Amino acid sequence: MAKVLINEPIAPDVFRMVVEAPDVTRYRKAGQFVIVRPAAGRERIPLTIADADPKAGTITLIYQVVGRTTAEMSLIEAGAQLNDIAGPLGQPTHIEKVGTVVMVGGGIGVAPSHPIAQAMKAAGNRVITIMGARRKDLVIMEPEMRAASDEVIVMTDDGSCGEKGFVTDALKRLLDGGVKVDLVVAIGPPIMMKMVSLLTKGYGVHTLVSLNTIMVDGTGMCGGCRVTVGGETRFVCVDGPEFDGHLVDFDEMMRRQRTYVTAEKASYDAFKAQHACRLEKAAKEAHHG
Amino acid sequence: MAEPLTNRQRLQIPPTPMAEQSPQERRRNIREVPLGYTPEQAMAEAQRCLMCKNPPCVAGCPVSVDIPGFIRLVAEGKFHEAAVKIKETNCLPAVCGRVCPQEDQCQVVCMVAKAQKDTAKSLQIGKLERFVADWDMANHPDADYPAVASSGHKVAIVGAGPAGLTCAGDLLAMGHHVTMYEALHRAGGVLVYGIPEFRLPKAIVDREVETLVQRGLHLELNVAVGKSKGVQDLFDEGFEAVFVATGAGLPMFKKIPGENLLGVYSANEYLTRANLMDAYGFPERSDTPILRGKHVVVFGGGNVAMDSARTALRLGAETSTILYRRSEVEMPARIEEIHHAQQEGVEFRLLQDSIEILGDENSWVTGVKCLRMELGEPDASGRRRPVPVPGSEFVIPADVVVVAIGNGPNPLVPRSTPQIQTNKWGNITADKETGKTTMKGVWAGGDIVLGAATVILAMGEGRKAAKSIHEYLATGTW
Repeated sequence: MAKVLINEPIAPDVFRMVVEAPDVTRYRKAGQFVIVRPAAGRERIPLTIADADPKAGTITLIYQVVGRTTAEMSLIEAGAQLNDIAGPLGQPTHIEKVGTVVMVGGGIGVAPSHPIAQAMKAAGNRVITIMGARRKDLVIMEPEMRAASDEVIVMTDDGSCGEKGFVTDALKRLLDGGVKVDLVVAIGPPIMMKMVSLLTKGYGVHTLVSLNTIMVDGTGMCGGCRVTVGGETRFVCVDGPEFDGHLVDFDEMMRRQRTYVTAEKASYDAFKAQHACRLEKAAKEAHHG
Repeated sequence: MAEPLTNRQRLQIPPTPMAEQSPQERRRNIREVPLGYTPEQAMAEAQRCLMCKNPPCVAGCPVSVDIPGFIRLVAEGKFHEAAVKIKETNCLPAVCGRVCPQEDQCQVVCMVAKAQKDTAKSLQIGKLERFVADWDMANHPDADYPAVASSGHKVAIVGAGPAGLTCAGDLLAMGHHVTMYEALHRAGGVLVYGIPEFRLPKAIVDREVETLVQRGLHLELNVAVGKSKGVQDLFDEGFEAVFVATGAGLPMFKKIPGENLLGVYSANEYLTRANLMDAYGFPERSDTPILRGKHVVVFGGGNVAMDSARTALRLGAETSTILYRRSEVEMPARIEEIHHAQQEGVEFRLLQDSIEILGDENSWVTGVKCLRMELGEPDASGRRRPVPVPGSEFVIPADVVVVAIGNGPNPLVPRSTPQIQTNKWGNITADKETGKTTMKGVWAGGDIVLGAATVILAMGEGRKAAKSIHEYLATGTW
C-alpha cells in the first residue's frame, strides 16, 4: 500500500500523481520505472518515475488515461492508497559527461526525460531539450524541463505553443546548424523515437530511446516486453528500458503493442459507460486547470 | 475391537481412487480437478500401509516426512494428530499432497507397490497427505504454534516461493526475526503465478502464507531484490543473514523465426496472466487481458506445458495441442498430468518439432511449421535424441502459441551481486550440505540453485539453509 498525496490533471487525459514510496525514493536512479497496480483486480502498469523527493519520501508519476486501469487510477483521491507499487525497476541510465546531450521528449515522454535531464546536467553536460506535443494544452512539465536544461525548444504540431513542426524538425536544425551533439535521448511515442533514431543515424549521433512496452511482472519473468535489438531478443523490463535507438526494431515493437487493443477498448468502453459522470468531472477539472 | 489386519489382507485391498470432476465438466472451469477423500476413504486407504520397520518411503521423501507415523494416525481416525505429525517436517502439506511427484519419490519405493510389482498399486501417500492437510485446515483453522523466545537475530529471505516459505517457517520456529521480500504483489512464487488454480487452489497458498504471518513473518511485497534494492543494502539495513530463493523465472524461447509474432507467449506470461492476474475474469473481475485462442499450440512436454494446454481449454480453446519432439515416455511431465490433459481432450503431437511460427500480414499467428522426428541414440540426458525426418515438413493451424520449453535461473540477484558465484547456466553455486554461497552471510536454495526442479526439492533446500543459518547466527562462524 502506498499513500497518494496528489493526483491532479495537468493536461487533457494526463495526470500527475505524487505518492509516498520511501524505499523507491531511496534507491531509484534516473531512467528507472515502477510497476503500479492501483487496486485489486487491476492491471500491473509500468510507469517511469518523473521526479523524486528524498526528504519527503515521495515520487512523482505522470500518466495518461488510455484504458480502464489508468482511468480508475485518475479517480483516486488524495489521501487514498495505491494497492501496489513495485520498484525501482529496470536499468538506470548510464550517466556520464559526454559534452552536449539533446533530450527529445514527445507527449508524456517528457516526464521520464526529466530525471535524466537533471542527472545529465548534474554530470556536467550541456543539456538541450526539445519537447513536442500536438498542441499547447498537451505541453507538460515545461518549467521543470527549463530548470533542468540549458536550452529548451518547444514544438507543437499546430504551432499553438513554441514553434510549429515536429521534434525532428528542431533536432535536424540543431544537427545541421553545427552544434556538436554527443548524445540524443529520445522518449515518447514509438513513431517519434523511430523517426528521431532514423534522423540521428544519418548524422552518426549515438541515440538512446526508452521503451514502454507491454509488461506483466516487470522483473524479467514473462517476456511479454521482448523487443528485437540488433537482431537479439531483449527484455525491456530488465535489459532496458533504454536501448540504442539505431538497433531497435521499432516496426516489430509497434505491431506487438497492438496485441490487446480490441480487448482493452471493450473493457474501457464498459467502464466509461458505467462511470461517465465521474470521468466527465475529472476531465472538466483538467480543462480549467 | 477388530483384529489388526495381516499384511496379506492389507495387500488385498485395492488402492482407493479419489473422486474427480468429470473431464467434460472440468475442461471449461478452473475449479480443482481431484475432489479429495472422505474420512472413510482415507481410513480405508490407510489400512493398506504395511508399517515397514525401515520405511523406504521416508527415505524417498526430500523432507523425510514420517509417513508410516502419520498413516497410522489416519487409520485410527486421528486426523489432527496426523497433521501435527506431518508438520513436524513439512510446513506445506496441503501443497505437497497436490503437487509433489510422489510416483518418483515416496510411492515408487513403497513396499505395497513392490510386493505387487506395480507402482500404480502403491499406497496413495500423496492423496492421504492432501486429505489430512485439508481436514486439519477445515477443522483446526487456528494452528497453534508454541511461542518461542526471540533470538534477536534478523534474517532476510528473498523470494516467497516454496524454498523461501519453508526456510521462513523453520527460522520462525527457532525464534529469529524473518523479513521476506517478494517482487510480485502476492506471496507464493510459482505456487501463485505458475501452477494453475485447477491443480492448486490459491486459497490454500494464501492460507499457508497467512499462517506464517501470524507466527511473526514480516512480508514485504513489491520489492525485487537485485533491482529495487541490492543484497548489500539488506546487510546495511541490519540483516545478519540473507537466503536467496528467487527461483527459475527466466523464460526460454526456441529462437525460431516468428517467436515475436502477436499471439506467441512464454508459458510464464500465459500462466501469470491466467493465474496471478486472473485473466479468466477479464473484463469483469480482472483488467488483465489474455488472447483466447481458438487453436492453441503448446511447445514442450513438461508439467508447465500440460498446465498451459489445460489452461487454454479453460479459456475456451476449441483445440489445444501439445507439440513435443520426443515420445511420451521421454515426457518430463507427471503421468497424472499427462492423463488429465488427455482426458480433457488435449491433443498430443509427439515426435514433432516446431521450426517456424507463421503469421499473417498484421503479424498475428496463423500456424506452426513442423517437422516429424524419430528417436536416435541417447543424448547427454540419457534420453534418445530426436532426429528430424528429412522432407517431413507440415503446417498446423494456430492462433495462440505457448512456448513451454523451460526456464532459466532468475538473473536479478546474481547480476547485481558479483560476489555471489554462479555456474555456466547462471545458477547460484551453493554448498550442497548447507546452501552457503560464495558471499559471506548469504545462502541460496531452490530453483535458483537446482535449475527448474520441484516444489518439494525447493522446500528441502529451504529447510537445509534454515538449519545452517541458525548455526551461523548462534556461533558466528561462517
